[in-house]
Amino acid sequence: MEKLKGLKCRECGRAYRAAPVHVCEFCFGPLEVDYDYEALKGVVTRETIAAGPPSMWRYRELLPVEGDIAVGHHVGFTPLVRAQNLAEELGVREVWVKNDSVCHPSWSFKDRVVAVALTKAKEFGYDTVACASTGNLANSVAAHAAEASLKSYIFIPADLEPGKVVATLVYNPTLVKVEGTYDEVNRLCSEIADKYRWAFVNVNFRPYYSEGSKTYGYEIVEQLGWRTPDHVVVPCAGGSLITKIWKAMKEFKQLGLIERVGTKVHAAQALGCGPIVTMIKNDTDVLVPVRPNTIAKSLAIGNPADGYYAYRTVKESGGYGEHATDAEIIDGMLLLARTEGIFTETAGGVTIAATKKLIDAGVIGKQDSLVVCITGNGLKTPDPLYARLETHVKIRPSLSAFDRALADLKAHSVREG
Amino acid sequence: MTRMRVRLTFPPERIQEPLIYHLVKDFDIITNIRRADVKSDYGWVALELEGDERNLEKGIAWLKAKGVTVDPIERDVIVP
Repeated sequence: MEKLKGLKCRECGRAYRAAPVHVCEFCFGPLEVDYDYEALKGVVTRETIAAGPPSMWRYRELLPVEGDIAVGHHVGFTPLVRAQNLAEELGVREVWVKNDSVCHPSWSFKDRVVAVALTKAKEFGYDTVACASTGNLANSVAAHAAEASLKSYIFIPADLEPGKVVATLVYNPTLVKVEGTYDEVNRLCSEIADKYRWAFVNVNFRPYYSEGSKTYGYEIVEQLGWRTPDHVVVPCAGGSLITKIWKAMKEFKQLGLIERVGTKVHAAQALGCGPIVTMIKNDTDVLVPVRPNTIAKSLAIGNPADGYYAYRTVKESGGYGEHATDAEIIDGMLLLARTEGIFTETAGGVTIAATKKLIDAGVIGKQDSLVVCITGNGLKTPDPLYARLETHVKIRPSLSAFDRALADLKAHSVREG
Repeated sequence: MTRMRVRLTFPPERIQEPLIYHLVKDFDIITNIRRADVKSDYGWVALELEGDERNLEKGIAWLKAKGVTVDPIERDVIVP
């Protein structure tokens, strides 16, 4: 079965053969994978998917890979948790947490996109992969390259703190520190991707890479029992994930796997870097770039490439968007941890905070069903929490000291209660 | 000669200025506009630049000094 037609330009529609290219040579628009959905109809069914492995590869027929899975065999199929305690706190009937903070192997949803990009890189015969990243993407590329025995180059700004790169360096990539401003590093990496025959995952492999995000959406629908929720709240950085979750739902409908898509897709961003939510709130398709200034580092993209498409997705689905301040982000992280025992990174705090605001504003109804997208793990970047958490009790090593402390705690909780 | 694909985003106060003309005239850069969206108060242009590497650097630095955002065509190459 030929499921892939090739690539096509999202702007002018020009067709390209499947190759490691990402920009339309005519209009400089972004390229995306073009599938033959007619050929897939009846071939991809609920049964064929259910018979697949407990990983994102159960949806491989809807991904742009044609040969064997080269890397990341255990990525995805993360828990969709019924969050009853959180639902009670938020005052909503049905809340689910799609928890990619435990995605194998590097604890973020980036494992999904990287697994597709590196499998495709192997298909195209590449032996070297690369990315420019300050966090989750770097972790994931380095980890998967190690598994696939590929050489990897990770580019970072020279002033990045050492603690941020340990979870990348441990996999033994070639780490390149680039001296220069953020903009200069950005431009250099674009030129490097243009010159060297490497699979730069989010540059020349972007059309394939981004398709991996669809599996997050497929899993939501399948794990809900083949239905779409009333609402999904998605954190936005480059804006790709939100468009791919929406695309996943529409593909399932197109293939007859679900009857309808009844989901409103909402965007969540930090107030200190929220150009997509600003577009939504101002009801304009013009994206004004911003200088990121937020503790939500994993969402800090000031001029997101998919910002326009993210805006379009929200509008098409009838969703909305909300910003979260730094204090609200911390509150969101603590709320999720306290109610559901899930420790998410700051991006997850943004999502929880935005969800709360959408509920308070009546955008999400009290009787509705809701999926909150948690895309990364809090253990990687605990720094923002240090100032807000403290040990409750400090005692000498004696039983009597503990007895007194316990009595004090109980008395305190009675007074508080 | 070096080629570069960039996206320029113009702030409102620069919309009416012929900045691309100056890139050509003052920095000896060949420009080739591929796609653009210019409104009364905001605009971006996707274009190819071709020229001597030093001139390209100078031209981009001049644009940035004017308040223009200069990104590679992919924009978010560095991602968190």
